Amino acid sequence: MRILPFFCSAAITIGLVVVLDRPLGKVPPLGSFFSPQYGFWQNAEPVNQDFGGALSLQGLQGPVQVYFDDRLVPHVFADNDQDLYFVQGYLHARFRLFQIDLQTRAAAGRASEFAGSKAINFDREQRRLGMVYAAENALKEIEANPLFRSLFDAYTAGVNSYIDQLTDAALPIEYKLLQCKPEKWSNLKTALLLKMMSKMLSAGTENDLANTNAKSVFMPDELQQLYPQVPDSLLPIVPKGTIFPKPAIIPIKPTDADSLYFNNKSTVAAQTLDRPDPGNGSNNWVVAGSKTQSGSPILANDPHLELSLPSIWFEIQLKTPTHNSYGVSLPGSPFVVIGFNDSIAWGVTNSQRDVKDYYEIKFKDEARSTYWFNGEWVPAKMRIEEIKIKDSLSVFDTVAYTVFGPVQFDNRFSNAAAADRNLAVRWAAHDPSNEGLTFYKLNKAHNYTEYEEAIQTFTCPGQNFIFASRAGDIAIWQQGRFPARWDGQGLYVMPGQDSSYLWQGYIPQQENPHAINPERGYLQSANQRAADGTYPYFIPGSYITARGVRIDNKLAAMSGITPQKMMELHADYFNITAEDIRPVLLANIDEGQLNVKEREFLEIFRNWDFLATPDSKGQTIFQSFWDTVQVSIWKDEISRTSPLATWPTEQTTIEWLLRDTVYRYADDINTPQVETLAMTVTTSFKKAASFLQLKEAEGKLTWSRFMNPSLYHLLKDALPAFARKGLSVGGYGNIVNAIKHSHGPSWRMVVHLVDGIEAYGVFPGGQSGNPGSRFYDNNLSVWEKGEYNRCWYMRENDRSSEQVKWVLQFNKS
Amino acid sequence: MKFSLSVILTMLGGIGVSLWAYTPWWGFVPVAFVLALIIHQVPAKAFASGFLGMLLAWGGLSWWIDWQNTSLLSKQVAFLFPLQGSSAALILLTGILGGILSGVAALAGSYLRVIKSKSE
Repeated sequence: MRILPFFCSAAITIGLVVVLDRPLGKVPPLGSFFSPQYGFWQNAEPVNQDFGGALSLQGLQGPVQVYFDDRLVPHVFADNDQDLYFVQGYLHARFRLFQIDLQTRAAAGRASEFAGSKAINFDREQRRLGMVYAAENALKEIEANPLFRSLFDAYTAGVNSYIDQLTDAALPIEYKLLQCKPEKWSNLKTALLLKMMSKMLSAGTENDLANTNAKSVFMPDELQQLYPQVPDSLLPIVPKGTIFPKPAIIPIKPTDADSLYFNNKSTVAAQTLDRPDPGNGSNNWVVAGSKTQSGSPILANDPHLELSLPSIWFEIQLKTPTHNSYGVSLPGSPFVVIGFNDSIAWGVTNSQRDVKDYYEIKFKDEARSTYWFNGEWVPAKMRIEEIKIKDSLSVFDTVAYTVFGPVQFDNRFSNAAAADRNLAVRWAAHDPSNEGLTFYKLNKAHNYTEYEEAIQTFTCPGQNFIFASRAGDIAIWQQGRFPARWDGQGLYVMPGQDSSYLWQGYIPQQENPHAINPERGYLQSANQRAADGTYPYFIPGSYITARGVRIDNKLAAMSGITPQKMMELHADYFNITAEDIRPVLLANIDEGQLNVKEREFLEIFRNWDFLATPDSKGQTIFQSFWDTVQVSIWKDEISRTSPLATWPTEQTTIEWLLRDTVYRYADDINTPQVETLAMTVTTSFKKAASFLQLKEAEGKLTWSRFMNPSLYHLLKDALPAFARKGLSVGGYGNIVNAIKHSHGPSWRMVVHLVDGIEAYGVFPGGQSGNPGSRFYDNNLSVWEKGEYNRCWYMRENDRSSEQVKWVLQFNKS
Repeated sequence: MKFSLSVILTMLGGIGVSLWAYTPWWGFVPVAFVLALIIHQVPAKAFASGFLGMLLAWGGLSWWIDWQNTSLLSKQVAFLFPLQGSSAALILLTGILGGILSGVAALAGSYLRVIKSKSE
């Protein structure tokens, strides 16, 4: 019997090893995860980590030096472009591997491989939107260009040379938590990453489905009132008064459009699951030497995106003997995307244009593989999609591709009651294009002519490329390949049974809205409509007006501008929307109906200075009040259909209230009595006040406590410990400093185009994607304070400068 | 004497296998087992020395890593595992985890030694 204790203890030992070697539900295998040899401790990077060293790698043509500065910004010095982008790929993988892997898998509709079955519908929607199809089309175009093929190949080889040498111990901590392994990189993944950006910036700028529901209940004049195309207060990107040439293409409205399209009253139940934030906007502006203290132009840009950790941006300098560019890159793709070189600076904002339409398809039968087009049954191309799922069996989906595009919604993929309509999606991002070419050329451009040449091929997502040169030129182009639409085309789901509703052509590139060296000495874009009503094309979109008005007003009034002044404008907390609407709101509140507490809130609102600072109570009261007013005015109208019709924009509401105080929509159609605007406003105020009282009790009446500005880790709620919450910043989407809860200025850059270039930049986060690195969030406090890092624009003779902290030497093996 | 020797050897062995890149994370388990076979102790002491040895090895290694990292990561991971952000608790947990495994392995080694010596 003495043998029993041995077997028991041996069995317990082996049993423990086995149990600790397995994941327990969401908990990773505790043995390896806690092992100081393999687990998370290996990701705890020493704060004095040496990032230097020497590497011999296959695929390089010659030596490359990477000089890291004290913020871990790599300054890459290579002899040729291929080696340059090889090393950029290596560095992106070295510091952001999990990010680029997750983002490209999610773009391809493969999130379930990380997240399990809860992501199946997300993945199906990605496939049905044609994300991989779009990336494949782009890749064909990219690889048809031998130079570009070699650049993409070099970037891919760089990423993979990092992945190949990666040990289990050195895996990013997210892989250890999720029990996954990184996947080899490919050129297709680079293309997918760019399509992720296309989706982010051009898949949420239309409201075709909700508009179709609006059309089912509203009369044509009401549609005009609720959803006007040109706001009164618009200050467009192209200065007012610009004369546009006669359009080269005049699209023809189909003869049956009135009966089959405009007067079609049917609703559509389909809804997009993962709709990009229509607030994915941005600001950029440029002032000419005539308005600056130095006489040289200054360019500023701050793209507003989801604020995540790791940051969407990676700061880098890319130098060869022929060019020297600096700025931010998108991990997962080569080049500097927003930045400058010795001669020019450039930045981007989103055009917000509608480049995505839906067509209703008539299938022959339940097989849904044959559809009616131009008077005959034609076969659809059937694409079978396998969605692999972590810890589970694959799910399969079949997507029918028509002449319009993939059928996104049908009875195989029905959210809610969407089964009755087959909707194919026509999206500009599906078209073959090579957006990287634009950035490659911009990185090397010397002057306006080369900038203009660089941007011409940029297709989707439409961007406002702003430009300044040391030679003194300033310019902006709204660039993309935009369909030339007949009036009203693509606002609603279109008939998809013949070619008459297809896009008939594209606005010629030279007719895209643009402006060069205007007399007033400045240009700006902030997601507003690019041109006023005199622009000869129909250009619907999800425009934001307020920020552009504020920026324009400020720039018009300024002179003797310095970079410091531009930074102050980035940080501007002035709420121009509130300034516009407060008089109307105050005039319509019946104070006799308010109790003591409500009057207290009213006094704060009345005396508020319109600044959405972190400690502002007025901004909190205004926003809660104003949101409630908008809901009170519109909710009853847009609820006449289900799903809801499109919400009228904030700008539309303001302009109607300013124009017409007996605003007919103020009446709640669901009650017997007729509500006046004053009644609606007063009731809204009381409703907001009771909500605010709760917030005040929680200590959340000040704006930053109320809005809780936060940066989430890419895995969101799964990893709250890697988030940074409760930042002390203010702002809002309609304010120049456009910080919302977890959205806002993802990179702030100011470039002064003096000799030698004076540039400043900051993004909330850090260069490293590793939560165990001090470079995970080291720039966050700088960003939070509204401060900037001086960009060190390194030159050839700076190689031995004291600002170099580590040197990483790459050699070919 | 035997006890201290056993603790120290378990610790050194535990650190040794952890620094060698090719052993699995449980590489210290056979080490603790073999040490208990060689250094004869009563089962309770064998368990205690195995436990203590790895508590020191994994606790010490993780403490050293954490010190160099100024607890940047451990503070976050100690929220992922509900330890109220305490780096010390995370280090202790790491040590205890290694310690328990090492302890039971040593216990098994000690019992085997008993069987062997009885049969001789």
